[in-house]
Amino acid sequence: MKRSNAYLAFLTTAAILFGAMFVHAAVSRRQAAPRLERTTEMVRRLDLTDLCLFTEARYTRHPTMADVNSLFQDSPLSLEHYPAGSLMAPPDHLGRRQ
Amino acid sequence: MTVSSWIQKQRYLIEMTLSSLLRRKGKFTALIVVYTSIVFLLASVMLFTEALEREARIVLSGAPDIVVQKLVAGRHDLIPRDYADAIREIRGVTSVRPALWGYYFDPVFGANYTVMVPEAFDHGRGEVAIGPGVAKATGSEIDYILPIWTSKGKLTSFFVKELVSSESQLVSADLILMSEADFRMVFDIPEHLATNLVLEVRNPRELPVIAAKIADLLPDTRPVLKSEVQRTYDSVFSWRSGVVVAVLIGSVLAFIIFAWDRASGLSAEERREIGILKAIGWETSDVIQMKFWEGTVVSLTSFLVGVLGAYAHVFLTSSTLFEPVLKGWAVIYPEFRLVPFVDAYQIAVLFFLTVVPYTVSTIVPSWRAATIDPDAVMRA
Repeated sequence: MKRSNAYLAFLTTAAILFGAMFVHAAVSRRQAAPRLERTTEMVRRLDLTDLCLFTEARYTRHPTMADVNSLFQDSPLSLEHYPAGSLMAPPDHLGRRQ
Repeated sequence: MTVSSWIQKQRYLIEMTLSSLLRRKGKFTALIVVYTSIVFLLASVMLFTEALEREARIVLSGAPDIVVQKLVAGRHDLIPRDYADAIREIRGVTSVRPALWGYYFDPVFGANYTVMVPEAFDHGRGEVAIGPGVAKATGSEIDYILPIWTSKGKLTSFFVKELVSSESQLVSADLILMSEADFRMVFDIPEHLATNLVLEVRNPRELPVIAAKIADLLPDTRPVLKSEVQRTYDSVFSWRSGVVVAVLIGSVLAFIIFAWDRASGLSAEERREIGILKAIGWETSDVIQMKFWEGTVVSLTSFLVGVLGAYAHVFLTSSTLFEPVLKGWAVIYPEFRLVPFVDAYQIAVLFFLTVVPYTVSTIVPSWRAATIDPDAVMRA
């Protein structure tokens, strides 16, 4: 097989996979809809306010419910020492209202 | 030139380009690997962020309309239940209920749990329902005993009566649900106090007005609106956050090096190649077309492989590479597989930021080399 043909075959395969990626995403979204609905219902039933992404400290577990001083709970000069702090910005409403 | 002859010509040019690239196999392979890795990393962050934000927005649409917290000296405090009576008087508020929740650090497993009292708890005193993360960390199953130290220093045993479904791990991994009486006993919270108040409001458009009225009526409280809760997760992995800035700076610098390498000129070997092609009769446009294909082969291949790899990484392997970063120092980490919300606009932006600059920066120096006399190019 000529190299150009092999490369064009590769490009075609990759393009088909690229299209399949969007199809897979659409199908997965449809399949996940009932699960998301059940999770939303659980959030409603338990009055949850946050995702359980970072369970290291209380202000990373529930950033929406945190106060601005919780970062400095150990010392007024303590720097943020949880990795979650470098992934997520503090909520907008926290700064505005204080 | 007919279409079929044009296509045939392009195929010959691709053949020529591939032969030329494979003559420099080491450099070509290194270029493809680095380029693909950068696209993979950028696309992974992009897909993960987008999917997480969209999923957060959907599931947190069930969050309370308003949560009212009490602040004392800038820190949270337990809120008196009679604050609910004052808030209930505000027009538009359909229900106010006290919520009880808090954190418990398990000294045995070194894990933090979120302990909550649901409005309707299906089990009795001395019984708990636990989230999948707690079950995994403690090795608990139904009817196992979960020991909890009370705030008075007394060890109390709870029977695990329910395992919260693992499909909702993203919100429930670290939950321990118990009855109100048990919660008050464990944390020694008096009857007249609650953690915060949860409000339902008839008209969502009135939320800011009601929040303002609460702040006026009870100045030592802070209302948090549902929209604020949902917006908070729009900034997960935002470009300003430390890890993402590191990834972005690394990627941008790598692209600058690529572009600089291409735009600053061609290697002696590449110049000689162009000189020979010109000497045997190639037009400048043919050389530019060949170089266009060279740029396209490298950048399009890297883009397609990088994006497909990122999709598989984020949505088929649950973002394995990000797990250590997300997990941080936590003992409990949800095992979730995100729903693939793929934004075609973002993919298009990534394409124009990665493929186009590289292809263009390949053509410009080639055009310069191709317009010089072949003899001078070969002798240089």
